[in-house]
Amino acid sequence: MNVPAAWYLVLAALLFGIGAFGVLTRRSALIMFMCLELMLNAVNLTFVTFSRTLNDIGGQAAVFFVMVVAAAEVTVGLGIVVSVFRRRSSTSVDELSEMKG
Amino acid sequence: MIATAYAIPDVLVFLTSALLILVGAVGVLAMRNPVHSALSLIMALFGVAVAFVAQSADFLAAVQIIVYAGAIVVLFLFVIMFLGVDRTETVRVEPLVGQRVFAGAGVLVTVAGLITLFARSHWVTGAIAVSSSGQPLSTGSANVTQLGTAVFTTYLFAFEATAALLIVAVVGAVLLARRERAVDAEGSQS
Repeated sequence: MNVPAAWYLVLAALLFGIGAFGVLTRRSALIMFMCLELMLNAVNLTFVTFSRTLNDIGGQAAVFFVMVVAAAEVTVGLGIVVSVFRRRSSTSVDELSEMKG
Repeated sequence: MIATAYAIPDVLVFLTSALLILVGAVGVLAMRNPVHSALSLIMALFGVAVAFVAQSADFLAAVQIIVYAGAIVVLFLFVIMFLGVDRTETVRVEPLVGQRVFAGAGVLVTVAGLITLFARSHWVTGAIAVSSSGQPLSTGSANVTQLGTAVFTTYLFAFEATAALLIVAVVGAVLLARRERAVDAEGSQS
């Protein structure tokens, strides 16, 4: 018998927490993107776990689409980082403060 | 005690994937050098792929390795090298006072709430077989068949939409990363 789904769900929750902490505390835009990937992967793991538990392939299909969207998001996000770096010579999000009120 | 309830290989696979995921994720967070963070990210993503295989998502595990570890992390590394930001970030300074404390508290509450939710809810209600006639998910090549059938029938519209999204993303990335030639020409003349 496979290990219970709850183990994988708790693991995914921990992964999501680590990723969220990274997004909240790190200031390099690149590291924030990597932590976003961690959060997306935590959600993917949850999808796959429920897919197994409920015997429904729809969860795996959702993961498939999440992966496509993540790839698109990283492409555009890194394009923005490169373009910001050209003007600022920095990837720190703290220096992008023009819109501060 | 655990080993008597569940098959030992499954427990070992779970422990392996948990170790890979947690060490890799903490590595992404704790490494000073962005290149090391990207390498830790590969480790975490590989752990997720192991968890996918253990839960009969073989095709997704392959895609996870190829797309995430192969393409996305390489893109990260490429940008890190391209920008030359592979010097260490000063993590000691904390511009916002109490940012880490509040972030840690918020994350702790979120994760504790999630785990409580998992522990108290009955997810398996018996109402299975939404789309797959109640059979357990297949593994191996049958998994590819099953997933492919779902993607190309039930989720066909979403599939076409992601195709359009990818085209838009590629065009957007090219536009964003392109040098503005007119500005460069003026700059060189003056």
